[in-house]
Amino acid sequence: MAQIVLDGVTKRYPDGTEGVRNMSLTIEDGEFMILVGPSGCGKSTALRMIAGLEEITDGELVIGDRIVNDLDPGERDIAMVFQSYALYPHMTVRDNMGFSLKLAKVPKEEIAQRVEEAARILGLEDHLERKPANLSGGQRQRVAMGRAIVRKPAAFLMDEPLSNLDAKLRVQTRAELSRLQARLGTTTVYVTHDQTEAMTLGDRVAVMRAGELQQVGTPMELYNEPTNLFVAGFIGSPSMNFLPAKVEGDHVHLPMLDMTPTPELLEELRRIDRVIVGVRPEQIEEAGAPGTKGWPTFDVEIDLVEPMGAETVAYFTVAGEEVHAGQLAEISRDRGGDNRISAGENQVVARLESDSTVQRRSVAKLALDPDKLLWFDADTGARVGIGAALAASV
Amino acid sequence: MTATSAGSGPGAIARPSSAARTRARSRRKATPSWVKSVLMWTSIAAIVLFCLFPIYWIVNTSLKAGADLSRGALWPDNPTLRNYRSVLNDGDFLLALRNSAIVATTTTVLSLFVGSFAAYALARLRFPRKALLLGIVLSISTFPVIAIAAPLFKLWTDIGLYDAEYGLGLIIPNLVFTLPLTIFILTSFFREIPRELEEAALVDGATRVQSFTKVVLPLAAPGLVTAALLVFFAAWNEFLFAITLTSTPEARTVPAAIAFFTGSVKFEAPLGTISAASVIVMVPLVVLVLVFQKRIVAGLTAGAVKG
Ligand SMILES: Nc1ncnc2c1ncn2[C@@H]1O[C@H](COP(=O)(O)OP(=O)(O)OP(=O)(O)O)[C@@H](O)[C@H]1O
Ligand SMILES: [Mg+2]
Repeated sequence: MAQIVLDGVTKRYPDGTEGVRNMSLTIEDGEFMILVGPSGCGKSTALRMIAGLEEITDGELVIGDRIVNDLDPGERDIAMVFQSYALYPHMTVRDNMGFSLKLAKVPKEEIAQRVEEAARILGLEDHLERKPANLSGGQRQRVAMGRAIVRKPAAFLMDEPLSNLDAKLRVQTRAELSRLQARLGTTTVYVTHDQTEAMTLGDRVAVMRAGELQQVGTPMELYNEPTNLFVAGFIGSPSMNFLPAKVEGDHVHLPMLDMTPTPELLEELRRIDRVIVGVRPEQIEEAGAPGTKGWPTFDVEIDLVEPMGAETVAYFTVAGEEVHAGQLAEISRDRGGDNRISAGENQVVARLESDSTVQRRSVAKLALDPDKLLWFDADTGARVGIGAALAASV
Repeated sequence: MTATSAGSGPGAIARPSSAARTRARSRRKATPSWVKSVLMWTSIAAIVLFCLFPIYWIVNTSLKAGADLSRGALWPDNPTLRNYRSVLNDGDFLLALRNSAIVATTTTVLSLFVGSFAAYALARLRFPRKALLLGIVLSISTFPVIAIAAPLFKLWTDIGLYDAEYGLGLIIPNLVFTLPLTIFILTSFFREIPRELEEAALVDGATRVQSFTKVVLPLAAPGLVTAALLVFFAAWNEFLFAITLTSTPEARTVPAAIAFFTGSVKFEAPLGTISAASVIVMVPLVVLVLVFQKRIVAGLTAGAVKG
């Protein structure tokens, strides 16, 4: 059990690449902390520095009450679960799990007892004498977990431990992992590039981008109050809609309607060259649906309707120039480029009530929740305001 | 398979003739594969014959004596163990066997010990000009032995390693060629071992040395065995250094000693004793290969990472 503190930690590789830049983060005792971000943002580098597998170029790392910058991985009292599991192929499951205890010269009977206890927790009792080559992917994953938990370490470090499992098993294992961590109460740092995993598993989530920490908070904080375009676009599925906005006199022009912001927000927006407004898909409803009273409305032709049962997802396109922002481009690059964030036109996703009557290729009257709109500076990506655009005029 | 599809289904029991028809069909089908296997076995037999005939010929010759030796018959008319007896009673040959054992074993141990560390460094650590270094190491093994034999002779005479007892002067020259071979084989084996396994060991509390000895070496065992065998064979059979750098039975290894055989009877060609000696030195090598055959083939890394 221990707290992990990163204080201005930096990793500079010999070739000059800065894998992680000036990262400061406190992971509380017993906390489940997720490091999330697109490929190459430095998540693994950060985790490997905590593990001691990567030297820390600058800054200070504290685990428990010790500065561990110069300690070997074995002396840091941490256990790591690798993406590839990294099971020792020449050892049985039992020996794999007991390896660290054997190195620590724990008495044989105690090793056997602790390995068997871990095997029971993970449902591996029947496989203890088998070699990793003869196990299924899910079983290997559990052996890797077992190897970590038998040690009763101060912290677990996990680098995308579920990414080698198929989708169904991943969801199941995710739930087991969450339960296990809650039961053991061990400080955990978990790396993933999957925002769903980040939102469902973590007590808190740290979003990274290009080696820098963007924001740390509970999943709901990140969802509702992202500090910049990158976090706003990265967190949430389907992701947030981004639309260009223009200040005109005392109101703001959005592609489908005009809004009147509060004087304070107007002040902020006036100072910005290019404004982007972020709208979560569930902030758009069919006009007249419960709870939409007082929301500004607009008419739009629906391109596509996907009835999902619990909700109906509608897609529509709005006129106007498309949004351009470096931070959004990064996200769409990470998602293979075919994400609508980079699409040529302003396509908008709306999650409507399941009893919605909107039809494909027909005009519908929709309403926009003005309280939770997010306002961003397109050039810096920074969020400049939330909601505060109560009055509306068409 | 045609047999199953013809015999299965509800109709199979109702029509008694179907089973017979199936058998006939499968026999007709089998003919080409029978021809194929004949071809295969013939070529295997040819290859085996080609490889083993010289060995048979040595064994054959070693069992002959006197006039039989010069007749070149395919098998000994009057098989005799006389040659073996005379070789094994030859004190010089026994000394040579002892020397060969010492030289080959020491060369192998040193090669593997030094080679595995060097190969590990080349396979794992990042340092400048690594490829160049590996290239240089490899190029050493392409040197013609004769080119360094003469200078070595001079040097060894000067520093007193020439004709050293137990063939000790031969170990370093042997290493010149076995070490690159070892490094080459082991580097490729070490490269195959996922780096994450070692990192897992480090996190598990192993020191670098422990992660090497407890994780890397066991996984590279097939490579170690292969390298050890090849090095041992090379050192055991090495001739040119042995003949240049030794001059007395106390220092000679078997290949050199055999070259100095004189006939047990005056003017008789020592063909029989040479053959018997050759058969005797072959035995340890054959035994080693048979013992380690499985080890060499085994692919131990299977299942290390998700496959
Ligand atoms: N040994 C190295 N030398 C130089 N640069 C490196 C090295 N290892 C990683 N990097 C760089 O550091 C950055 C961060 O890499 P890291 O492996 O931490 O990414 P990641 O967030 O884990 O990505 P992924 O989701 O793809 O695993 C990348 O730009 C990568 O190219
Ligand atoms: Mg990674």
